[in-house]
Parts: sequence; structure tokens; C-alpha cells
Amino acid sequence: MKAIVNVFLKAGVLDSQGKAVHHALESIHFSNVEDVRVGKQIILKINESDEKKAMADVTKMCEELLANTVIEDYTIEIIK
Amino acid sequence: MKVTILQFPGTNCEYDTEHAFKSLGAKTEILWHKSEVVPEDTDLLVVAGGFSYGDYLRSGAIAKFSPVMKAVTKYANKGGKVLGICNGFQVLTEAGLLPGALKRNESLHFLSKHHHLKVVNNDNVFLKELNSGDVVNVPIAHHDGNYYIDENGLKELYANNQVLLKYCDAEGKEKNPNGSVDAIAGVCNKEKNVFGLMPHPERAMEAILGSSDGVKMLQGFLQA
Repeated sequence: MKAIVNVFLKAGVLDSQGKAVHHALESIHFSNVEDVRVGKQIILKINESDEKKAMADVTKMCEELLANTVIEDYTIEIIK
Repeated sequence: MKVTILQFPGTNCEYDTEHAFKSLGAKTEILWHKSEVVPEDTDLLVVAGGFSYGDYLRSGAIAKFSPVMKAVTKYANKGGKVLGICNGFQVLTEAGLLPGALKRNESLHFLSKHHHLKVVNNDNVFLKELNSGDVVNVPIAHHDGNYYIDENGLKELYANNQVLLKYCDAEGKEKNPNGSVDAIAGVCNKEKNVFGLMPHPERAMEAILGSSDGVKMLQGFLQA
């Protein structure tokens, strides 16, 4: 099964890259963009058939390595 | 006085750091990250600057799982003195030995230049040779030097005199190059035995190379 992990800076932590991309979009006349957040996506292929176990494992991976929870939030999507 | 300097794949300031401490009269040893122990005669352990593991994922994120880091944590918890410079600071925050985190510079640019710093607290072994309010001139060279800590964490830092250095101009007025919370350039832990800063005192050891202000900083460790 596959796990898709998205890691973004927490709300309230300034996202300079998002801000820069937002400005760039405005400069090429996409004036309707209200906010941009830049993060990263980590795709894991996992040898595991139990969805709950996979979720628990990936959560632990996020807490220990994939995200720095001082500044980042993460979301996990498990795909069979 | 024996200074042990950590070396990860991608570390590149270990020899400058060794040169700096040797010039102050210390014995030094460069310790490869595969070591599972910190040499017993170590008086100061330095996590040197560079780009451990290519800064992959986040600066310092992979290095914290190197075999040596368990020994470093044990050493620090027993009261051993630890100094993290630049990438070393990032490694120590990732490892949870220092509070906060280092984000990408607000300008998104890699910054490499001399910068002034103001001593905020000198009641610690690191900065005791300087006075609070002193201004020093030390090089910075980083992409991820934007110090972040949440509001409660910041209050705690101030309450325990853990803020060591702040970025400023030549007159000591706050000047923030990278977006750090309150222009913080360096902090220590509550117990005041683990220190971290983004600027490079080991690159400010000789006036002919731009500044010798690093001497007074690093000397603190030698005069225990």
C-alpha cells in the first residue's frame, strides 16, 4: 500500500516561499489568488496489508523524522 | 582542555573549528559520526557547521539519527558542554537538545557575510569573557538560519536567560538578516550546558581575516 504524506509549515508560521510564489503569481496577473502555501509531499510504498498498522507506522515516521512538529504540520493519506 | 568535533558526511567546518581551538591552546579530536561513544577526556563537544547529509529533508534532520547522537545526548544530559555552530545548531534543535527550530531565511537567499551580534546574556560558560551589550562582528553563512520558537517558548527563553546573542548593526541596534524571532542568533538550554548559534565564531579568529571577535567567544570554554 501507499502512503502520501504532505508536510506544511503550521498556520501562524510565516511561509516565505509561499509568499514569494504568491507575489510571482500576482506579477503574471493571477490577481485572484488569496494565499499560497508551499510544502512538500513524501510518497511511501509500504509492505503492509493492515491499513491501521500502516497509518500508525507513518504517523510515527512523521513525528520522528518526516516533519519537524515545532514548525510543521502533516497530513497522511493511505491508498490501497 | 580537549575539544571533540563531530563530523557527519557533509560537515565542512570541522577543520576550521579544529584550527580555531588549537590556536587557543586546546587539544582537539575530530570524531566521525559512526562512533557510538564520546571520548571520555572530552571537555567540550562541538557539532561543527556544514551541510550534514546534504541538508536533505530538513537541515540537521537526518544527522540526528547518526549513531554518535545517542552518545551526544547522553553526554549532554550528564552535564557535558556541547556547542553547535550553524548546521550544528540545526542538528541540536532537531535532536531536541535545544528549543526551537531553524527555518529557511525570510528572504529565501543564502546569506554569507560578516554580521554584528549583541551579547544578550553572558552568565554562562560560553560568553562569560564578554559583557552583556557587547557587540561582536562574526561571519554568518546559512540558508536556514531563521530561528523560530512559539510565544510560550520565547517567554521561557527570556525568563531563564537562554537568549545568548541577537543580530544587530555596528551600534548594537537590532538588525535582522534572516527573519529570526526577535533577531535571535544563538540560544542555550535551561541547564546552560548546550549552546547553539548560527554565526561562525571559528571564522573570526584573526583580525587580518576580518575579525578576531570569535576568540573571546570560544575562549570562554577554555577558562572553565
